[in-house]
This record gives sequence, C-alpha cells and structure tokens, in this order.
Amino acid sequence: MSYYDPKDLRKFKDITQWSEALGHKFFDYYNAVFQEGALTPREKSLIALAVAHTEMCPYCIDAYTEDGLKRGITKDEMMEAVHVGAAIKSGASLVHSVMMMNKVNKLDA
Amino acid sequence: MTKVKGQSLHKQSNPLADATHQLKILAEGPFKNGDLPLFKERIHQSLGQPLVAKKLEILQINVGYMCNQVCDHCHVDAGPDRKEIMTRATMEQCLEVIKTTKAQTLDLTGGAPEMNPNFRWFVVAARKAGIQEIIVRSNLTIIRAHKKYHDLPDFFKQHNIHVVSSMPHWTKDKTDKQRGSGVFEASIEALKQLNAVGYGQPNSGLQLDLVYNPSGAFLPADQNDLEADFKQRLRSDFGIEFGQLFAITNLPISRFLDFLIASDNYQDYMYRLVDAYNPAAAQSVMCTNTLSVSWDGALYDCDFNQMLQLPVAGSVRHIAHYQESLMEGRKIKVSQHCYGCTAGAGSSCQGSVA
Repeated sequence: MSYYDPKDLRKFKDITQWSEALGHKFFDYYNAVFQEGALTPREKSLIALAVAHTEMCPYCIDAYTEDGLKRGITKDEMMEAVHVGAAIKSGASLVHSVMMMNKVNKLDA
Repeated sequence: MTKVKGQSLHKQSNPLADATHQLKILAEGPFKNGDLPLFKERIHQSLGQPLVAKKLEILQINVGYMCNQVCDHCHVDAGPDRKEIMTRATMEQCLEVIKTTKAQTLDLTGGAPEMNPNFRWFVVAARKAGIQEIIVRSNLTIIRAHKKYHDLPDFFKQHNIHVVSSMPHWTKDKTDKQRGSGVFEASIEALKQLNAVGYGQPNSGLQLDLVYNPSGAFLPADQNDLEADFKQRLRSDFGIEFGQLFAITNLPISRFLDFLIASDNYQDYMYRLVDAYNPAAAQSVMCTNTLSVSWDGALYDCDFNQMLQLPVAGSVRHIAHYQESLMEGRKIKVSQHCYGCTAGAGSSCQGSVA
C-alpha cells in the first residue's frame, strides 16, 4: 500500500468541494498560467515537467509526462528538461559549499 | 496471445478480430458496474435526444482493407493479408448514388485505397459524375511502394484530388514505431514528391493535409499547437509544406483496443475519454453528416461502426438500395467507442470539431 494512489489525480478537481471560492481561484490561476503567452504551451509543459521532478511530485510527473506526449514532445526533450531541473537542484546544494569553505577558511587557521 | 508483427488480427485469428467480442468488452468493466455512464446516456443528456443523422455532406467509401502497411493502431486492422476489396460492380452502384447525392464530398479510404485495382477508374468516373470534392486518404508510402504507384502525385493533381495523409510525428523514431520500419523515410520522400507537383504549396489550389493520431494511450493536444510544431519541423528539417493538420483521437477498437488491453491501459484510457467528454463536440460529431460505405456496399454511420459491424438503423442498409431522404433523421448506432469522437476538442476524419 502506497500513500500515493494514481486514481487520486482524477479527484484533484474535487478540492473545490471543501473550499469552493479558493479552489476555483486556484484552478483559474493554474489554467491561465498554462495559456499561450510570452512562452508557448509546449515550453511551459517542459518547465512543468522539470519542476515536477525537482518537487518530486508523482501526480505532477504523471500529468506532465502525459501532457508532453500529447504535444509530441520527444523522450530526448523530456529527459533534457529533467536534467535542467536536476542541475539546478544539485547546483543549489553545491553552491552552499561556498558557505562551508568560508567557514573552514575563517575557523581553521 | 503472442502478437505477430506484420500480420492483421484477422490473420492471427486474434479474438479481437471479432466485432462482437470488441463490443462485449466495450459494454463491460466500468460501464457495466455504473462507474462510468454509457455513451447513449451521456449523449442523450447533452442533446436531450438520441444522436440522429442530419443532412448528408460526406460520402465516405472504404474501397478495401488491403494495405501495404500494418500500423500498430489501425482501426481497420488493414494489411497485406486483408483481401476484402470493393468490386467494380459495387463501385458502379456507388456511382449511381454519387450522381444524385446532395453530398459535396466523396472521401475514399481503405486500407490503402490506391491498391484497389479499379481505384483510378473509380476516381475518374466519380469526377465525371460531378461530385464537388474528392478526398483520398493516402498512407504516403504507397507512392513509393512500387513503380506502378510512382505517378500517383500526377494522377492526384490531374483530377484535383484532396490528399489527406497520416503522419504521426516529425521524427523517424516515433513514426516508425507506430507505422513500421522505414515508413518515415518513405513518407518524407512521398511528401516531397507531392510538394514537387504543387501539393501543399500556397496558391496551387492542391490540398495536402496531414492526420496526426497519438502514438499511445493518451489524447491529442490542441490541434493548432500541433499543427504549428509539425509545420515548423517539417519545413526546417525537410523543406516540406502542407495545409492543415487534423488531430484525431484513437478509438478503443481493433488493434488499438488490443494495445490498450495488452499494455494494461484500457480502463485508464476509457476514464480519460469519458472525463474529457465535451458537449460542444457532441453537437458536431461526423456521423451526423457522413455516411460510410464498406467494400461490400453495406452502409454504416462511420468507418468505426463499419469495423464493429454495426449497420445503419432503418430499412436501407446497402448502397444498391440507397435513398437519401430515408437516411436523414436515422438514429445513429452508438457504443462506448464513440467517446473517442467527443473527447476534448472532439475528433473526426477532418480533425477537431469543437
């Protein structure tokens, strides 16, 4: 038994049942974000896929892998997008090593 | 059951070659236990009445199930081993209807319609009979398959045929996976040949449109977005031009149903289709203005119903007895596969409908 059930993704829309106004505001905002703008929906889909991985959200990975397939996004493009997310994530860890280096340099005569 | 690549389900005696078996599957599972609504209930809820045929606009004739390809998701289960071919006698019966019909469009499909030995004769005769538009659903590779087909682009041009061709992706990998090894390169060559005689070129008047259907258990994205991507990639990578892209949803029948079941995607796919039901698309489904004629002259509401052996309702069920006035207002035969035509922006042989 997993905490995550893929079937729950279909129920996402039901969050409005317990807080209608806020739920609708969220979905209106969400849908507006993914409309064509300065970025294409295809570019937004790839960003969403990368973020889905850095957030390690199984529902989001499920949703945006399928969204990518629908848009004709290739496996290569999807994996490159995930690497962009992973690079930022690992960079975010590694850049903190400067703090470590600063501390060592200060304390260790 | 082990799948044999390159053979139709019929040739393999796969149970899914049997239309009754397919209809049984479509009536069971979530539709039987009430988790999902039956299509006839859903459409009745939207329209306030059953789905009925309006004025006929498109006469779609399937001239045979023989094809030089065996595509993974073919709803016809077409292939080189299918021998069902429309005879010249049945074509002559069709011509009598073409002479009198108020439909503007004749839509020729298959299989590979060009493989019917009377295909060219029929096109010429249909043009003489005065139909406004003739569509040929060409798989493209047939043009490169044998020297006797190499001049098809000129033939199409000579008779001002509207060419509609399948192209599942702008990359080799995805195209060949779905339609067979070598299909992508042959399709690109064929498209270049069609472009060379003027097809798809601005102001040539020669229409070349492409059909996209998803490579797996998911629905197509927005047709306009996909068209923009196809145009950009085919132009930049191969210098190819075309008119419109029609995005078509895979219906859960025949080989695609086989794939859905074998890959354990069937139930999820049906939920996807039902969740994406669009009442606006339901208003404009193609069966309301199209009539499908099978290789043996039998009449169906659409090519999918033809493959499921669901004949039209009413007393006229063969092209030899056709009477346009009796066809209008007939109740359309439906089952759960029809959700494929009402999902999202809708789906028809001419792409999105909503």
